[in-house]
Amino acid sequence: MSEPVLEVDNLSVTFRTRNGLAQVLDHVSFSLGQGETLGIVGESGCGKSMTALSIMGLVPTPPGRIAGGAVRLRGEDLLSAGERRMRSIRGNEISMIFQEPMTSLNPVFTVGEQIAETVRLHEGLSQRDALARAVETLKAVGIPAPEKRVSEYPHQLSGGMRQRVMIAMALACNPSVLIADEPTTALDVTVQAQIFDLLRELQDRTNAAIVLITHDMGAIAETADKVVVMYAGRIIESGTVGEILADPRHPYTQGLIACVPHFLANPPVERPPLVEIPGLVPPLSDLGTGCAFAPRCRHVMPRCRGERPPLMAAEPGHEAACWLLDEAVPA
Amino acid sequence: MTGTEQVAAPEEPGAAPLKVESPIREAWRMFLRNGSAIAGLVLLIGVILVTFIGPQVYPVDPFEIVWAPLTPPGVDASIPFGTDYLGRDVLAGIIHGGRATLAVGASAAILTVLIGIVVGALAGFYGGFVDEILMRLTEFFQVLPPLLFAMVLVALFTPTLTTVAVAIGVVSWTQTARLTRAEFLKLKQLEYVTAARAIGSRNGRIIWRVILPNALPPLIVSATLIIGVAILFEAGLSFLGLSDPNVMSWGLMIGSSRSYIIDSWWAVTLPGAAIFITVLSVSLIGDGLNDALNPKLRER
Amino acid sequence: MSAAPETGSKQDFLRVEDLKVHFRLNRRLFAEQRLVHAVDGVSFSIRRGTTFGLVGESGSGKSTTAFAIMRLVKLTGGRIDLDGIDLGGLEGKALREMRRRFQIIFQDPYSSLNPRMRAGAIVREPMDLMAIGNPEERDGKVAEIFRRVGLRPEQQALFPHQFSGGQRQRIGVARALSTEPDLIVCDEPVSALDVAIQAQILNLLRNLQRELGLTYLFISHDLGVVQYVCDEVAVMYLGRIVEQGDRISLFGKPLHPYTWALLSAVPSTDPALHSKGRRIRLVGDPPSPIDPPAGCRFVARCPFAVERCHAESPRLRTIHPGHSVACHLVDDDGNAPHHRLD
Repeated sequence: MSEPVLEVDNLSVTFRTRNGLAQVLDHVSFSLGQGETLGIVGESGCGKSMTALSIMGLVPTPPGRIAGGAVRLRGEDLLSAGERRMRSIRGNEISMIFQEPMTSLNPVFTVGEQIAETVRLHEGLSQRDALARAVETLKAVGIPAPEKRVSEYPHQLSGGMRQRVMIAMALACNPSVLIADEPTTALDVTVQAQIFDLLRELQDRTNAAIVLITHDMGAIAETADKVVVMYAGRIIESGTVGEILADPRHPYTQGLIACVPHFLANPPVERPPLVEIPGLVPPLSDLGTGCAFAPRCRHVMPRCRGERPPLMAAEPGHEAACWLLDEAVPA
Repeated sequence: MTGTEQVAAPEEPGAAPLKVESPIREAWRMFLRNGSAIAGLVLLIGVILVTFIGPQVYPVDPFEIVWAPLTPPGVDASIPFGTDYLGRDVLAGIIHGGRATLAVGASAAILTVLIGIVVGALAGFYGGFVDEILMRLTEFFQVLPPLLFAMVLVALFTPTLTTVAVAIGVVSWTQTARLTRAEFLKLKQLEYVTAARAIGSRNGRIIWRVILPNALPPLIVSATLIIGVAILFEAGLSFLGLSDPNVMSWGLMIGSSRSYIIDSWWAVTLPGAAIFITVLSVSLIGDGLNDALNPKLRER
Repeated sequence: MSAAPETGSKQDFLRVEDLKVHFRLNRRLFAEQRLVHAVDGVSFSIRRGTTFGLVGESGSGKSTTAFAIMRLVKLTGGRIDLDGIDLGGLEGKALREMRRRFQIIFQDPYSSLNPRMRAGAIVREPMDLMAIGNPEERDGKVAEIFRRVGLRPEQQALFPHQFSGGQRQRIGVARALSTEPDLIVCDEPVSALDVAIQAQILNLLRNLQRELGLTYLFISHDLGVVQYVCDEVAVMYLGRIVEQGDRISLFGKPLHPYTWALLSAVPSTDPALHSKGRRIRLVGDPPSPIDPPAGCRFVARCPFAVERCHAESPRLRTIHPGHSVACHLVDDDGNAPHHRLD
């Protein structure tokens, strides 16, 4: 892998809430290169979506505040870029697809108009050329009869079609980074599989870097190259998909993998009880000084409550923020 | 299948603080944090105190001629607000006339809300044929010019306070009905309504005990605002001479002094100000309730 | 979940025969009348104390089937027998009284609890309505159920918004348990919950089944969950069951091309499922149950369809004990067209 396309470096974001200052992102770092897919996993409220919004420069300020760090697109720091520059980047060099395709499309414009709008904004094409491009992109995302669909309204399309349109919109300007926030949660499995196939195929063609935000370990296993696991605003484990799934080192990651009944080719006759992660995600305004997962952790040690573990290397390229690693590999 | 795990433990280890706060108390707390709503509440309490205790403190008959006609305010300490074209005390009129105005406003608003809720709830809950009939009826009332229709009603019967209140109620329920229907259409699809059916609740229980309490917040807000509208309506009817001439009210004061507005601005303006303050206070309260009862505006 | 005790009765506790639910669209004057065949001739039976799963895409009719069994939608035809009693034929008071024996757990723990009722009242209401025990007994019962589902009895005084999603779902489970039902319909009971919370609810359901001998009808689109939870599974497509079997043979050796395609679409961490051979992609969206095709319902998306499939609707037939399929292309020895591709 050469130069990373997207680099998030020690990004910290705080939110002012009624209960005090909440650290929604705490020194989050990762990078990804061309054609790579990074999966971000975690429970709701762990900072997955906030990471995406920060990359897009869409954190609402106030109540939010970028407390530190950098987001770099091919070396250019986006956090210090002006709003004008960000507008030219959003939807053009970095685009995003959302969970709910119905509410993310504007119901009063045709599908074609919405795609054309993006292209005209960023590439200054004429209405006619932009519409031609819209038809082209719809075709690229596998929508049958794109010449006809281009003049239809969002409500005339099925859920899967709408998500394809969202992807077409996101891809219209050939972005170098695509952020997909739970792109298939609202869809049926068969359609979900089509969408993932489509994303992979488009990635092969355009070499875009994809950030896939999901809670579905199966989806991660099948699409991502690298994974970061987030908990309470921090990255608590990162590594390649193979390493994380086969040998998770952080007790939270282990719990996340074990608590879901995974779909198997040949289900075993015996069904042992599922492993539970007890308790709830702590409020972000009250995390204390120790490991945020300590209250729910089955391996908790006295040290965990007082001292926050940094990310430590478990093996090259595989890091976890857990004192168990420190015990295992004495310095 | 074997397994020795304990019965699922409570999610929160240890005793979490049990903070019991009913939705009503929570709304009240939100309401108290809203400055303009508190101002409205204080104003309204002031208005109510003046109109209900005032007559004892200031026992001047508002129909009695106490001074020379058209005396401006400040001429004599016994008539601080001056007199109208007949020489009646304007302050006495405002203090004594408030009761009728408020009573008509409040009862008209209650009637409006009752008709509106019943029609809207039945239309929204049952849908189909019932909905078609009730909504056509609502549209019929909606296209009637309200003031004209109320005038006809009052003119047909004797113009008493009751007639006026009923007339206002009959012409203004349509908006509440539409609002109630919309709420019912939305709420009846929620799973807790299905859950109520699954445990064998009858339709009546589901309409009045399950859906209606959840539909109330926007209805309370609109009912508050309707009080203001009803007061203005009453004033309008009185102004046109279509209210009980034997009961003093703010509208009656404005209406009877309308020809003398050039010579005695105070006889029209001061009762007008009383109406303005009352309607303003009710609207501020309505706005405050809207914020307090709307969970979307609440910070989590 | 756990299989019926070997010594226990093996009789069918719930029997559904040729169930039909058709809706009329556009119930307005002068509008074009269209019929939705949401459920169109579904038959299955569940043994006491076991879990029966219904899977399928949206529009397959799985939820409508569940709602029909709960008598929450109008039946167009067919028969539902619960423990020998004809549920479909009950009306009015008799139906309301019978409801104590079958209850439902909903998908969304946020919209399934009345926000204006305290948790205790929500759980108590079914007992009040069905006049079960006297008021004091009900108080004790509510406290006991709270403990049973993993809530603290003093939490009865709280309102739903003061609970987390997982706790709310526990309240939903508690409400379903309060009338001591035999059958509980679980309509996507964990789909709306965070992954880490799902295990808590699934384990709870499993323990309750073992302790109380409950029978579950389990609806879910999450095949991982269904595979873990259900003893028997029926796959629905456009209002019909296309395949039905025990979990081992249905998931291990799917016979219907649709089941095969559906299973292969599930993203999985299991490396055994990653081999290219098992991959098949259905094109297009699930078709609409309005005016379904004659013949096999799956014909438009089936990669193996032959002429006969267009003309003749396949019947559900048993291939081996406990495994049946509705497909012309599966022979009596259980050879399915896609087996050649594996």
